[in-house]
Amino acid sequence: MQKYDVIVIGAGPAGLAAAIYISRAAFSTLVIDESSAGGQVKTTHQVANYPGFIEPIAGHELAANMRKQAEKYGTKFKLAVDITALQLGDQEKWVELDNEEKITAEFVIIATGSSPRLLNIPGEKDYKGSGVSYCATCDGEFYKDRDIFVIGGGNSAMEESLLLLQFVKSITVIHQFDKLQAEKITTDKVTTNPKVNILWSHEPRAFYKKENKMVVEAENLKTNKRIRLERDGIFIFVGLVPNSAFLKNTPMQLTKYGYVITDPQMETNIRGVYAAGDIRDKRHRQITTSVGDGTIAALEVIHKV
Amino acid sequence: MLQTNLEHVESEEQLKELIENNEKVAVCCGRMGPMCIPVYDIFEILQGNYPDIQFLDMDFDIPAAAMIKGLPECRKFWGLPFTIYYRNGKVAKATSSIQTAKEVKSVIDEVFA
Repeated sequence: MQKYDVIVIGAGPAGLAAAIYISRAAFSTLVIDESSAGGQVKTTHQVANYPGFIEPIAGHELAANMRKQAEKYGTKFKLAVDITALQLGDQEKWVELDNEEKITAEFVIIATGSSPRLLNIPGEKDYKGSGVSYCATCDGEFYKDRDIFVIGGGNSAMEESLLLLQFVKSITVIHQFDKLQAEKITTDKVTTNPKVNILWSHEPRAFYKKENKMVVEAENLKTNKRIRLERDGIFIFVGLVPNSAFLKNTPMQLTKYGYVITDPQMETNIRGVYAAGDIRDKRHRQITTSVGDGTIAALEVIHKV
Repeated sequence: MLQTNLEHVESEEQLKELIENNEKVAVCCGRMGPMCIPVYDIFEILQGNYPDIQFLDMDFDIPAAAMIKGLPECRKFWGLPFTIYYRNGKVAKATSSIQTAKEVKSVIDEVFA
């Protein structure tokens, strides 16, 4: 079994900030991630509010810099690997990767962040990339002069709708409430556009394809009646979910939404296990707050080692 | 030009040559966008694990990308990136939109085993 001083699970800003601090303190540090390094930052077009960059920096560039900085101080990485077994106890901590190798450490920092929520309804996965999309910047132009659905009513749904309006003929927003949750300034820009109409108090239940059209079967949440509507495509923006499924069989305390509960020093209910970044139960989720969490967790670990 | 550490395909001739001269070729055709970058990154990581596979990328907006866009397998694709897996010169699999590392590895196991 390989041994490190610290295992950081998750290679987003929180995990990378922690790794930079711990490696600089000359402790052996391994960062593991089921994907590549960078977390959600690498998929952010431009970051304009991260201190130190007068001009906006591309998210993938910021993520790459953070990784290189961690590597420079000696952090090791195992990326695109799956955690196939996990032990998080007060005494013993180890992870098994891809059913092959086991790695142990005295301290573990959980920084797995969150991911865009899927609807998990029939048809969603089947038509990903051929009628169902999650990115206006990437796929908007495929729907030029076409009619589309936008699912969701939060900030990302409205901001992406504004972008989509540059391409599409019309947008039908399907939203589960009677009111949009997004900031008023963005909401106003979307709702006053004549190309937009909103289907209130409805939730999609299934997606189908009918010839070249996408069909949404949506349920009216007040009457439970279902309707079917046809458009050319569906864009889904329904928030984020914490990446904590791998913790379900551990003694880790989670909120009912799956976020990890920590004390102000980022320590969880398991001695020597910390959580940092978007995975943590907290109010504000920004790159800067994640970096702050990762720093605090790292300093606590360094202090205890 | 894509900002990745993968070999970039820049012409139809180059792609044809790579497909003809290599048994296993994977090409991710996209832009520097949120759905594409994770797939390029996964390709970069997997290069070390699968030395027998040529992992390549291609800018979606160069004229040579017509060779990918025009594939029958991509006719119904409306999501970037378009990722094509060639085996022995033929398309073995094509996927549209973002893929996780697990999904990419699963395709590799399926078509290149």
